Amino acid sequence: MREMPKLVDELLQRALVCELAVIGADGRLVVHPLIPLWDGERVYMTSSILFSRKLEHIKRDGRVSLSITDPVATGGLTARCSIQGDARVVEDDPHETWEQVLPLWRAKEPAIDQFLGKRFALPLFFERSIIEVTPRRVYWWDDGDPSKPPRTATLAAAEAAR
Amino acid sequence: MKIDRRLFDKLATYPHAIVSWTDDDGYPLQTPALFEVDAGRGELVLAASGIALPVESEVNVTVSHIRPQPGTGYDQRRYIELWGRLQARGGARILAPARAWGWDEKETPFFEYSERSNEQARKYLAQVSAEQGRQVKPRLSRFWTFLLATRLPFLTATIVPVLLGIAVAAKHDHFNWWLALLTLIGGAAIHIGLNVANDVFDTLSGADAANVNPTQFSGGSRVVQRGLVTLRQMGALCLGAYAVGIAIGLFLVVYRGSLPLLIVGVIGVLLSVFYTAPPLKLVHRGLGEVTTALGFGPIMVVGAYLVQTKQWSAEPFVASIPVAILIALILYLNEIPDRRSDALVGKRTLPVRWSADIVTKAFLVAALAAFAAIAVSAVSGVIPLPTLLALLALPLVFQIYRGIREQYGAPYELMATLGKNVQLHAMVGVLLLVGYGISIAAAHL
Repeated sequence: MREMPKLVDELLQRALVCELAVIGADGRLVVHPLIPLWDGERVYMTSSILFSRKLEHIKRDGRVSLSITDPVATGGLTARCSIQGDARVVEDDPHETWEQVLPLWRAKEPAIDQFLGKRFALPLFFERSIIEVTPRRVYWWDDGDPSKPPRTATLAAAEAAR
Repeated sequence: MKIDRRLFDKLATYPHAIVSWTDDDGYPLQTPALFEVDAGRGELVLAASGIALPVESEVNVTVSHIRPQPGTGYDQRRYIELWGRLQARGGARILAPARAWGWDEKETPFFEYSERSNEQARKYLAQVSAEQGRQVKPRLSRFWTFLLATRLPFLTATIVPVLLGIAVAAKHDHFNWWLALLTLIGGAAIHIGLNVANDVFDTLSGADAANVNPTQFSGGSRVVQRGLVTLRQMGALCLGAYAVGIAIGLFLVVYRGSLPLLIVGVIGVLLSVFYTAPPLKLVHRGLGEVTTALGFGPIMVVGAYLVQTKQWSAEPFVASIPVAILIALILYLNEIPDRRSDALVGKRTLPVRWSADIVTKAFLVAALAAFAAIAVSAVSGVIPLPTLLALLALPLVFQIYRGIREQYGAPYELMATLGKNVQLHAMVGVLLLVGYGISIAAAHL
């Protein structure tokens, strides 16, 4: 049991995109590129109701994985990681509940405020749900070379959640 | 399932993939992997991985790209997902994908992608409503909802001709401010009724639902498709707006005791109702431009003039001609992005009937005709000479012409040109009003 490895913590803070794998209705995995938002304990992503199939999948089966692998989207960091975890959908009010994570989103995509100011132009895009992932197990490659075995860690947060 | 060979060309542009499969605990497990594309065999050859890739198992292979734009966000979003069973060949792992799916914002712009997903949004909100035991609907402030539903910014199409009719009357020494204000409100109400009716009938015919490339100038208000307003509410809004407009019109007719005003008003209301309403559905028959030109040209200008003067005159009719042509051209160009969805539901507008070349050239001819009408009627003394100021807007015609020619097939790129076309109508209208203002001022000096 341990905290999030420092390198993975840095990847989560810097990554502009991750690939979230969820279990589809037929058992096949479906992967969605999303912006990962990290508060030091859980990974948050948001999804518009327009693209809400992933939310249906998560409600059916909350076991997920997300990976950060593209140095272009991590400001040049060459390390890579995959994080398995348990996801839940938070959407008390799809109109505004997601704004809880707006400060984290704004830090990665400052232009979000501009888009939000034009909410009237694409109103359904801003009806959103939060995907909250409690990390369970982490795999990471310090130098980003996927041909080498990754380092692994099981996280305290996941243990505590059990 | 046969995978399009072009997909393999695209795959070869990505530097690495992410392989995902389900581990023994039932969780998805992911690893980055280098790969090569064997387009001839329709296969991906995955390099050895530090986490052993599962053989004879179903996997998902995803390639993804995004370009960060520091300080703002990102662009160049694209990704491809492949599904299939991994096979071992020597030390390599081979995927001959059985299924593929992806999105590239260069091929399917984000706005179109979103528009295509409206149905999923509706379905999901119904599920959330059932889960939460209350109706969960998308929301927007009342101000924005009303503005969108009524397409209020397009009221310039009414304001320009009504003010022009009042200006011509003022030049003829007739001006009553409260009658002018009532005329403006009545005209605006009928215009709102028309806009909302257009949405109602385009929703019922399926034209708006079929349109996946709406822009701020075309494709309707989308408030029904996005679940912000119900069709019933739109129907009530439409009837309410027409009721206000007709009531004001009838009051003006009775107050002024003008039979010609009644005739003009009735024609105006009928044109606006049957623009999209059955059985005439004028816009479906390629008559939208003519209907719009009449309604927002002579009907409004002559009607506003009659309210003030109670007399017929040729001048308001002549003054309305350029405004009529330019308002028809707003509709005409706004139909370009809608032409495919319009064709699907039998809405045979001119851009549906004509080729891109004819549509483009016809715009130029019609726009130049509007300016020729101003020049001829001003020089011949039918309208005041200072209205020649409106010719200052002429360069916009050529900018718009170039824009249509270059962006005909690209709805979102065309938006700037459609915006300029709206400006052209407003600018010519304002300059004609300035010309009348100068003429009136000069007469009183």
